[in-house]
Amino acid sequence: MRAPARRPPAHPDARGRAAAQSAAGGVAQAARGGDVPREDWQEAGFGIYLHWPFCAAKCPYCDFNSHVSDRIDQHRWARAYCAEIDRLGTLLPGRVVQTVFLGGGTPSLMDPELVAQVLGRIRATWPMANDPEVTLEANPTSAEAGRFAAYAQCGVTRLSLGVQALNDDDLRRLGRLHSVAEARTAYDMARAVFDRVSFDLIHARQYQTLAQWRAELTEALAMAVDHLSLYQLTIEDGTAFGARHARGGLRGLPDDDLGADMYALTQDLCDAAGLAAYEVSNHARPGAESRHNLIYWRSGDWAGIGPGAHGRLSIGGQRLATSTPLAPGAWLAAVERQGSGALPDEPLPAEEQATEYLMMSLRLAEGCDLARHARLAGAPLDHARIAPLAEAGLVQQHADRLRCTPQGRVVLNGVLRALLG
Amino acid sequence: MTQLDRIRNFSIVAHIDHGKSTLADRLIQLTGTVAERDMKDQLLDAMDIERERGITIKANTVRIEYPAKDGHTYILNLIDTPGHVDFAYEVSRSMRAVEGSLLVVDASQGVEAQTLANVYTAIDANHEIVPVLNKIDLPAAEPDRVREQIEDVIGIDASEAVEISAKSGLGIPEVLEAIVTRLPAPKGDRDAPLKAMLVDSWYDPYLGVVVLIRVMDGVIRKGDKIKMMQTGATHGVDKLAVLKPAMVDTPELGPGEIGIFTGSIKQVRDTKVGDTITHEKKGCTEPLPGFKPSIPVVFCGLFPVDSNDFEGLRGAIDKLALNDASFTYEMESSAALGFGFRCGFLGLLHLEVIRDRLEREYDIDLITTAPSVVYHVHMRDGSMQELHNPADLPDLTHVDHIEEPRIKATILVPDEYLGDVLKLCQDRRGIQAELTYAGSRAMVVYDLPLNEVVFDFYDRLKSVTKGYASFDYEITGYREDRLVKMQILVNDEPVDALSMMVHRDRAEGRGRAMCEKLKELIPRHMFKIPIQAAIGGKVIARETLAAMRKDVTAKCYGGDVTRKKKLLEKQKAGKKKMRQFGKVEIPQQAFISALKMDG
Ligand SMILES: Nc1nc2c(ncn2[C@@H]2O[C@H](COP(=O)(O)OP(=O)(O)OP(=O)(O)O)[C@@H](O)[C@H]2O)c(=O)[nH]1
Ligand SMILES: C[S@@+](CC[C@H](N)C(=O)[O-])C[C@H]1O[C@@H](n2cnc3c(N)ncnc32)[C@H](O)[C@@H]1O
Ligand code: SF4
Ligand SMILES: [Mg+2]
Repeated sequence: MRAPARRPPAHPDARGRAAAQSAAGGVAQAARGGDVPREDWQEAGFGIYLHWPFCAAKCPYCDFNSHVSDRIDQHRWARAYCAEIDRLGTLLPGRVVQTVFLGGGTPSLMDPELVAQVLGRIRATWPMANDPEVTLEANPTSAEAGRFAAYAQCGVTRLSLGVQALNDDDLRRLGRLHSVAEARTAYDMARAVFDRVSFDLIHARQYQTLAQWRAELTEALAMAVDHLSLYQLTIEDGTAFGARHARGGLRGLPDDDLGADMYALTQDLCDAAGLAAYEVSNHARPGAESRHNLIYWRSGDWAGIGPGAHGRLSIGGQRLATSTPLAPGAWLAAVERQGSGALPDEPLPAEEQATEYLMMSLRLAEGCDLARHARLAGAPLDHARIAPLAEAGLVQQHADRLRCTPQGRVVLNGVLRALLG
Repeated sequence: MTQLDRIRNFSIVAHIDHGKSTLADRLIQLTGTVAERDMKDQLLDAMDIERERGITIKANTVRIEYPAKDGHTYILNLIDTPGHVDFAYEVSRSMRAVEGSLLVVDASQGVEAQTLANVYTAIDANHEIVPVLNKIDLPAAEPDRVREQIEDVIGIDASEAVEISAKSGLGIPEVLEAIVTRLPAPKGDRDAPLKAMLVDSWYDPYLGVVVLIRVMDGVIRKGDKIKMMQTGATHGVDKLAVLKPAMVDTPELGPGEIGIFTGSIKQVRDTKVGDTITHEKKGCTEPLPGFKPSIPVVFCGLFPVDSNDFEGLRGAIDKLALNDASFTYEMESSAALGFGFRCGFLGLLHLEVIRDRLEREYDIDLITTAPSVVYHVHMRDGSMQELHNPADLPDLTHVDHIEEPRIKATILVPDEYLGDVLKLCQDRRGIQAELTYAGSRAMVVYDLPLNEVVFDFYDRLKSVTKGYASFDYEITGYREDRLVKMQILVNDEPVDALSMMVHRDRAEGRGRAMCEKLKELIPRHMFKIPIQAAIGGKVIARETLAAMRKDVTAKCYGGDVTRKKKLLEKQKAGKKKMRQFGKVEIPQQAFISALKMDG
């Protein structure tokens, strides 16, 4: 593998071993320019995802690994997370951690003390990048907002708030425990203590009209700082909505055409507000993107910690897909009794890595580096597959960059099917 | 050797699902033919597809021994037959091998179309008929009413019909007694030259072709040299056995007996059902009358979805054909579908069964083209061509006229649905021939074009009558009509697999329905797709499938990569079930579903 001639992306990491020598926070330089070839993951960097699997209530649309439990021994969870950090530390010595993401479930239900312990353990295990991004997902209820300052204090730098809707009726329909007013208050409190705050909205809701979404999004854009996640409601199997939908219930969902119109409107309004989409559902001012999520979309390495957390780790010349038991109890038991929450790793063959890279990178406005894809796939992407898509205005190719146009991005699954054959 | 008057041979016939196979179970069980631990429901329906669908496809013979009340032990050869109209041929040839029939009638349903059809066949075969009223355990059973119906509609004496529950075993001893006392013993001359009827044959992986015979005169022994009179082939008898239902070797079979022999015959096709078997030397001179051969009435193309599977398909079809002489096949090539086979079937169920077996037993995904009947194309030069495939229709300037096969359809239906049935038949270009009543049921006889019936007539009939109508048909002949070839164009490309012959007056309606259906069945693509029906160059119906506007996964983070990748891989595998026509991919299912439609 040859080092690419291009400028490296935003936050590349150096070789793990070399980075271990450099002081915490210092971007390693040892390998850069040397004759050690860069590994593929270094195109995108390294981050840590930690999964907190509990929520105060289960939302009917949600298929995340989240559970409601009234007996959570947070000390026990802290010990288990720390044990897993230790285990991963020995697997990946010296990796420079660029980002940490505390996701869920509802991580804003974690005691600040637990967050502090976990982040402390991460810092003690790996060198940290200069300006690490540490995100926590939060629900905007008043109880949780009360903990924001404490989170900031122990090192959380970015908050992602699940506002979901700016309309109380819809919040109720979505099974949310907070009102719009509460969400606004939580948001203001978050802005006061975090440098970076983003929030999530779900659109294409039941009975939602284009005009309503226009008004709501306009309001949201007025609130937004520099980042917004705007998801179309997805009816997932195995959720309460999924079951209702299968029974023919859950009326008033937009058809594909209205859904497409909403997506197009979203692009227009966000573009005009300077928050263009950098990914299918994510909008930011340039530079304000979620660095952690970019690692996924650019196929970097990440360690997955906690129940049901997936990871991708390049170790010893192999890229491994890691996973853990899904059920919180099963995961705890595995960590406590076997000393490891890891299920058997699955080595990813190069062509699967190539597929993953293509499929994730085309979600991004920056698109896919075809030279990198070709290195992984062992052969360049067939031009005959690209040409008809380009002709239809769904993708654009400039030199080695293949991007979806906004029209292409809404039908990305179709684009991928066409490209992957 | 068994004395002739201690033998009774009979077939069990009935409308579909009236309980023939279950009655056979009880007869086998009560006589201890099969050990109790080896019993299972519908024991004789051994094929996977029979067990899965709960129907009999192939007739089965069993020899049982029954110690009757008169103190003698009788040999009973029973033949369980299929009820579905597609397999009516199995019934008629089975009847030729025996002297009597048990006519099973479901006492909760009464006389149905195949009940009638079977009675007529039995009468043709000079059978003694013993009516059996089954399912009297059901609360809805009305044996008295059904008995009356049998007398009214069929015109046979039902006063001594045996009332049974094949399920519970009630009345089975009475059935056995009735067989012995009411059915005639076979006739035959043991000292005459061998004369045996070739009733059926099938392929056994260990034994090769197994031939089922009924001995009329003379005796066949293991080691004999025999000759098939029609084909002229000669064979040594390697194995001679009776079926209980497992093969039990026997040194000889005499007059009135039914059994099998093997003789290193390679293909089922090398045997001709209805043929007369005699000894090579000193054989009989007068052959049996033989059977009318079964002829395929529905044709369609079968193509492998993956063109690499063609050789596999050829092998699979050859193997299936070893065992089923009633379907025909020849290689065919299509512009869009590549290489495949044009196959002929006894009906739509037969088609489905063969297709299912090919797909499952041989693991080949298939595309089935529009089923077609056989048209007679009369050319201007006076010659006639049989058209099995609309794609082969000759240049119309040379065609004088086209004839299509017609059928006589008999439908039995409760009064309240009569109107719907008449409308359905009328819509299908039917001509009413008869309308009679039997109690609260009407019996309608219609002259219908076969091509209006093969696709979905039976489904429609079931749906408009909530399942209360029954239907039977036989082909009566050919008649000229205004028939045209309708083509379907998807994205301006003709899809030859969907071409069909239709009546000119029905073309618009069918074309429109077809385009609408395809619009539902073809997934949206990245571009819009016109779907048209055309006759010659003239478009008669048109729909447009809009381009896909939204197909993207809203959330896709680190934890979703694996799942998402698997989904893409699954879709890629699903693509194998698609066929490429120009730029358009048409799911295999579309070919099947497009043909099942209303109107
Ligand atoms: N209640 C009840 N059900 C019965 C009786 N006899 C058969 N059945 C049921 O009727 C259904 C059809 O029975 P089969 O014996 O397969 O009928 P068949 O006439 O052989 O059917 P084909 O071979 O498909 O024509 C099965 O579900 C049987 O269990 C009976 O005496 N009482
Ligand atoms: C793990 S959840 C967020 C965390 C937090 N528990 C919350 O609900 O606010 C991540 C985001 O995914 C989005 N999401 C979850 N299920 C969704 C669905 N079925 N369709 C669309 N968006 C969904 C929501 O916007 C949610 O905020
Ligand atoms: S949407 Fe958030 S709060 Fe609701 S169940 Fe899912 S993770 Fe929990
Ligand atoms: Mg049966």
